[in-house]
Amino acid sequence: MTEGGQKTYAERLARAVVYVVLLLFVVYFLAPLFIMIITSIKPMSEIRTGTLISLPRSPTVEPWLKAWGSATIGVSNEGIKGFFVNSLKITIPAVLISTLIGAVNGYVLSKWKFKGSDAFFAMLLLGCFIPFQVILLPMARTLGLLGISGTTAGLVLVHTVYGLAFTTLFFRNFYVGIPDELVNAAKIDGAGFWRIFWKIMLPVSKPIIMVTIIWQTTQIWNDFLFGVCFSTGETQPVTVALNNLVNTSSAVKEYNVDMAAAIIAAIPTLFVYFAAGKYFVRGLTAGAVKG
Amino acid sequence: MASLVIEQVRKAFGKVEVLKGIDISIEPGEFLVLVGPSGCGKSTLLNLIAGLDSITSGEIRIGDRVVNEIPPKDRDIAMVFQSYALYPNMTIRKNLSFGLETRKVAKAKIERQINRVAEILQIEELLDRKPSQLSGGQRQRVAMGRAIARDPMIFLFDEPLSNLDAKLRVEMRAEIKKLHQRLGTTIVYVTHDQIEAMTMADRIAIMKDGIVQQFGSPDNAYSDPNNLFVASFIGSPSMNFIPVVIEEKENQPVVSLTNDSGETFHIPVKKAAQIEAGREAIMGIRPENITDTNEVLRGRQQIATVACKVKVTEPTGPDTLVHVQLNDIEVICRSSPAYAGTPEQQMELALDTSKILFFDPQTEQRIDR
Ligand SMILES: Nc1ncnc2c1ncn2[C@@H]1O[C@H](COP(=O)(O)OP(=O)(O)O)[C@@H](O)[C@H]1O
Ligand SMILES: [Mg+2]
Repeated sequence: MTEGGQKTYAERLARAVVYVVLLLFVVYFLAPLFIMIITSIKPMSEIRTGTLISLPRSPTVEPWLKAWGSATIGVSNEGIKGFFVNSLKITIPAVLISTLIGAVNGYVLSKWKFKGSDAFFAMLLLGCFIPFQVILLPMARTLGLLGISGTTAGLVLVHTVYGLAFTTLFFRNFYVGIPDELVNAAKIDGAGFWRIFWKIMLPVSKPIIMVTIIWQTTQIWNDFLFGVCFSTGETQPVTVALNNLVNTSSAVKEYNVDMAAAIIAAIPTLFVYFAAGKYFVRGLTAGAVKG
Repeated sequence: MASLVIEQVRKAFGKVEVLKGIDISIEPGEFLVLVGPSGCGKSTLLNLIAGLDSITSGEIRIGDRVVNEIPPKDRDIAMVFQSYALYPNMTIRKNLSFGLETRKVAKAKIERQINRVAEILQIEELLDRKPSQLSGGQRQRVAMGRAIARDPMIFLFDEPLSNLDAKLRVEMRAEIKKLHQRLGTTIVYVTHDQIEAMTMADRIAIMKDGIVQQFGSPDNAYSDPNNLFVASFIGSPSMNFIPVVIEEKENQPVVSLTNDSGETFHIPVKKAAQIEAGREAIMGIRPENITDTNEVLRGRQQIATVACKVKVTEPTGPDTLVHVQLNDIEVICRSSPAYAGTPEQQMELALDTSKILFFDPQTEQRIDR
């Protein structure tokens, strides 16, 4: 390339084209979000009279407050607040438990291989390709037998079990890249299975823990099907509540409240992505630990 | 300090037998080197001694205890790995203390031990750094420090110097030897580098294909190899191997060497049961036993002379390596620089017949003992 400031006309043009194309993509992907946001702060009168993309003339937080605390969902009039909390109660334990078990599984399948462990791993991998729908009936029966149908604990179990194939895969592939000599050194130093796990393996696992947490949080928070099938009334997650809110038949369709509720439901996954997203790409490509 | 006895040890991975009956035994405080080409089973054997892998059959004793079924942590051994295997998340201090903490050694004692090790290896100023902040040589030291800190009965080293550059390797070689003299601990050291093996070992086990080809002192392996493999593996430049047919002249076995202008020289050799007239053999002779014919050697009994055309010379400083041709084989001779011929020149060479060895061309075993 030529010296700074000395770019040729052709180079500048190429640059410009690239930026224009990128900008078009940005507009294309952000437009729906933009419309959701402006709609959510318009009063109903403006929505009825204005166009989809007209900016709000007198912005209001009223729809947000209503969506959060007083909108009618099913039989209650308390907004999505309670369902949002439900989702937290399902997602946080399910993410933590499935990540931890996945880490232990990955550790065993890479560093404490046993007869048939490769076959075991291969079968576990199949779990990644099983569609949600396939396990609905057996899972319903299992939950029934365990006596936790329709409870938050039941949903935590469902998500943990379904997520294990993925979390195990992530950790196992990450740990395969960590030299066996590290584990052997610790064994000779007198450390056992768990001490090696806590003191040697977990501390070097930060990138893959981040990947797994992002993946699992997104999957579980955004889940609709399991939520619809395995929860009732007040244990429903926010995704199901959102659907009910939008579908509740009332005299007028309150688009602004619907939009506000949809954004609220999306905030946690966005937050996780922005907080830990840089690890996602890095963690998926990170292999062995040097040193 | 402990003795180590390895008896008829076999190891198979599935159907593949990697170690085929290893017998080695060393005294307390000895420095044993396992040497051989890559893939011959050195690391596998070391892992069996460490207990990181299970023995298929045979027995390993440390001191007077059979350790076959004892887990690594209870064998009282410490190991230095090729990749150093320092714990990346811990400081150097933590790396050194991890094993001691695991064994619930008292805080004060750990502190004392670490300071002692840091002083021995001169790594005091590195103690609060992470492994990623150290150079290769420093990591190597820390890895040794971690082993020393535990004060074990036996040290196991798996190619600990192979990731260092040539100069550092030579330095560390001497340093490990000094360390051995200072601590007096039994050491088992694995390397594929025969010079490392020769310079460090009290006892050397030369391995190939999962079999110990020769076990003894380095001197012994050098001057009295059991077979063609050991003879060619040890020594640099390598021993010369010249195909010959044994003849007999006046009740004395002789071999004929023909140079590239067709002149033949008859070399008298030692008598031995298997050195019979008419037998084909491979004659082995090291470069330093074919030299220039200067004053010192002239007139000695066991010296035979041959004249050859010099093909190439390689001055190394103290000596010059002279390449000539005998029996259609390129032969390397070690001459003092002052007497070395120049290429295309005719040069007279002195062959020390007392150092000639013979091997069977098929079995590759020694036949002149
Ligand atoms: N865990 C294992 N499973 C199967 N084969 C192995 C295993 N470990 C080592 N081997 C084989 O055993 C042979 C000896 O290996 P190794 O002891 O590492 O050789 P060296 O250290 O002498 O280079 C090699 O052929 C290697 O492929
Ligand atoms: Mg090896």
